[in-house]
Amino acid sequence: MSHGVAPAGPFEQPATFEFNAENKALADVIIARYPAGRQQSAIVPLLDIAQRQCGGWLPRAAMEYLSALLGMAPIRVYEVASFYTMFNMAPIGKHLVQVCTTTPCWLRGSDEVLAACKSKLGIGINQTTKDEMFSLMEVECLGACVNAPMVQINDDYYEDLTAEKTDAILDALARGETPAAGPQNGRQMSCPEGGPTTLTTLKAGE
Amino acid sequence: MPTLTVDGKTVEVPPGATVLQACEAAGVEIPRFCYHERLSIAGNCRMCLVEMEKAPKPVASCAMPAGDNMVIKTNTPLVRKARRGVMEFLLINHPLDCPICDQGGECDLQDQAMAYGFDHSRYKENKRAVSEKYMGPLIKTTMTRCIQCTRCVRFATEVAGVEEIGAIGRGETMEITTYLDRAVTSNLSGNVIDLCPVGALTSKPYAFAARPWELKKTESIDVHDALGSAVRLDARGAAVLRVLPRLNDDVNEEWISDKTRFAVDGLARRRLDRPYVRIDGKLRPATWEEAFAAIGAALQKTAPEKVGAIAGDLADAESILALKDLMEAIGTKNIDCRQDGAKLDASVRGGYLFNSGITGIEEADVILLVGTDPGSEAAVLNARLRKAWLRGGVKIAAIGPEVDLTYGVEWLGNSARVLWDIARGEHPFAEVFAAGKKAAVILGQGALQGPNGAATLFFARRLVEKSGNVRDGWNGFNVLHTAASRVGALDLGFVPGEGGLDVAGMIGGGVDFLWLLGADEIDVSRLDAPFVVYQGSHGDAGAHVADVILPGAAYTEKSGTYVNTEGRVQRGRRAVFPPGDAREDWAILRAFSERIGKKLPYDSLAQLRARMVELAPHFGALDTVGPAGWGEFGERNPMGKEPYALAVADFYLSNPIARASATMAACVAARDGQDMDHGATGTHG
Repeated sequence: MSHGVAPAGPFEQPATFEFNAENKALADVIIARYPAGRQQSAIVPLLDIAQRQCGGWLPRAAMEYLSALLGMAPIRVYEVASFYTMFNMAPIGKHLVQVCTTTPCWLRGSDEVLAACKSKLGIGINQTTKDEMFSLMEVECLGACVNAPMVQINDDYYEDLTAEKTDAILDALARGETPAAGPQNGRQMSCPEGGPTTLTTLKAGE
Repeated sequence: MPTLTVDGKTVEVPPGATVLQACEAAGVEIPRFCYHERLSIAGNCRMCLVEMEKAPKPVASCAMPAGDNMVIKTNTPLVRKARRGVMEFLLINHPLDCPICDQGGECDLQDQAMAYGFDHSRYKENKRAVSEKYMGPLIKTTMTRCIQCTRCVRFATEVAGVEEIGAIGRGETMEITTYLDRAVTSNLSGNVIDLCPVGALTSKPYAFAARPWELKKTESIDVHDALGSAVRLDARGAAVLRVLPRLNDDVNEEWISDKTRFAVDGLARRRLDRPYVRIDGKLRPATWEEAFAAIGAALQKTAPEKVGAIAGDLADAESILALKDLMEAIGTKNIDCRQDGAKLDASVRGGYLFNSGITGIEEADVILLVGTDPGSEAAVLNARLRKAWLRGGVKIAAIGPEVDLTYGVEWLGNSARVLWDIARGEHPFAEVFAAGKKAAVILGQGALQGPNGAATLFFARRLVEKSGNVRDGWNGFNVLHTAASRVGALDLGFVPGEGGLDVAGMIGGGVDFLWLLGADEIDVSRLDAPFVVYQGSHGDAGAHVADVILPGAAYTEKSGTYVNTEGRVQRGRRAVFPPGDAREDWAILRAFSERIGKKLPYDSLAQLRARMVELAPHFGALDTVGPAGWGEFGERNPMGKEPYALAVADFYLSNPIARASATMAACVAARDGQDMDHGATGTHG
């Protein structure tokens, strides 16, 4: 029934779920954006908040909690949650590594990046390491084609990768460090490699 | 009124119609899978593509509103190519298992593949496989066959009012399922089997039982509730294998309840197929001769005023009249058809009918339900109430035990006194009711039982009359019956004559000889009559206490007349013959009458029906509803605070056929959480 990333092993569904005070306040703000009777429109952001509160996955209790909160049938919540690949139906690793393999990244070497992830983590696509530190996922275009190839790890983009740089990032994460996000080859954002090539005479503030 | 051209033919369609409907109006058949007249438009199967002038590509006719001066072509090379392409896509993942599929022979996909499909496949890749889903003991799933038309999802959400079926995942991995593989809880769930255009959802009890072309189809009338839904009985040999709905917009549209559809296996179980006579306290098989002799002897010993008869819930009008005539000939006035003790008054026809009509109730703007749960007493009518509520403009309130009716109901409490207060204008709802242009009260049989029954009848009438809701073209007084036989029996006057005993009086020791015509809903534990004759089809409560059992025919085995709750006279037809020595009920009564020298004056069903028309002329007009007579009824007593009980305690077990059905027992087990064949739970996979 579940799709997407598989958990490291058997797991238990928590019996109950409830937003903590901070998230409840956030949820109220989001729900208030929609007219009365249309609260269901808030389902996607609320699922995201619930997933973050649960450590990266959506327990059944959370979906049922949201269905009661928004006054919709549980199956309707489940339909939405299962539609989006960003929602996980089972516990995943601490770091969710999403490797983009769409054409631009693929042309720029995403095969090597993916292979590096597989061999470094010792898992295949849609699997979770035994220590529950990493989950690996293959995703479609994340919109960072200028900096291809790239991976998304939790909320951060790591761009302009090679197999070695991918290894280094994963090693750093495994040591508990937080490697700097963004381009890994020294370029600034998505500017040309080696510095600007146009508008070079323009000074900031002029 | 948009006027458009379809294949060169000009048609005019009502505003809001779709191109597909315009094509149908022009007599052109459009293939479709997801589109259904009674469901919302999804437009996701793409089978109904047509060519529209000035459109750059084919349009989905089901989702395109018909507009003025449109030029539609349905038979061009472009359309044929488009449909062939759609069909090829649908068949990419659809298995080629027609020979082992229950839908084979009546499958939309099979039929349309014959018309629009290729003769071979261009795909070598593996087909998608989908795990089986559990939807309860009635619906068998083979989800690999599903083409994601979402008709079942829309039916559950819109018509049945249970948001339990959904489409999870997306793209190629989209799957139809119930939440956590739970059983569908609606009493109308079986209709998704008819709606499914492929073999993904089929009937579990009927699995691998027969092929459609082997079945003899008989158009008949349902007796499991008092709506008289139009059904088709499919029989092979001596057994009715399944029941399907027929289209009847005036009654059931095209839905039937799960009991109507699935209690059919009860027709083959616990049947009385030969007469029995109790000898030394034990029922022993006997011949008709011996049975009649035993009854005759008992009757001889009994004074006429000590003889009584009760008509059951599934009896046809013909046998009820024959029983009435027999009792009259014997000289007793102790006859009654109100097994549940409802205080119905047979003297005023309007006092026991659903006067607004089954379609008419949709026009009501205020509805007050009293002591009724239409969801289990008349599930198809409940879908109609939901339809009216979804459309808006109707306020629904209820007095009675709170149940989930699938629409918004204001619960006013469960006490007869609430109705009393409303009728006297001392309750806030009285103003709401008075403000309604077409206000209606629906009285359940539960409201008419108990100490406040007669007063409920009176004050409901007064409420409707005082608010001006009994007038030409609208009568807001409605009685919702639960027994198919009841209205017919009341029409024929099967109630105690002057000084005669009612059901309670007869059971409580008032008679020495009691004839039960399929009467199983009485409290037999309190039955105190020295000699009981049970005439009926099933070995249920009544047969257990009988001294003589006369085997009768079930509703599928005789041609019988039934009057539904709105007073519509309908005729059921025979699909198969009664088992063994069982006979049609009117013929049994006629034969017995001759035996005791009180021969009933009819030798054939036609003569009996002529007498019926003589007694109550409306029996001559089949399938019509006319305005019913109106007058005084009910008793003006002060109302107590007693709560109302519901007439149907268990939807799945409300009559002898349903109680004999293994499928209904499985439904009860599934509902109560003891379903054995359901191994998987939501944590699997």
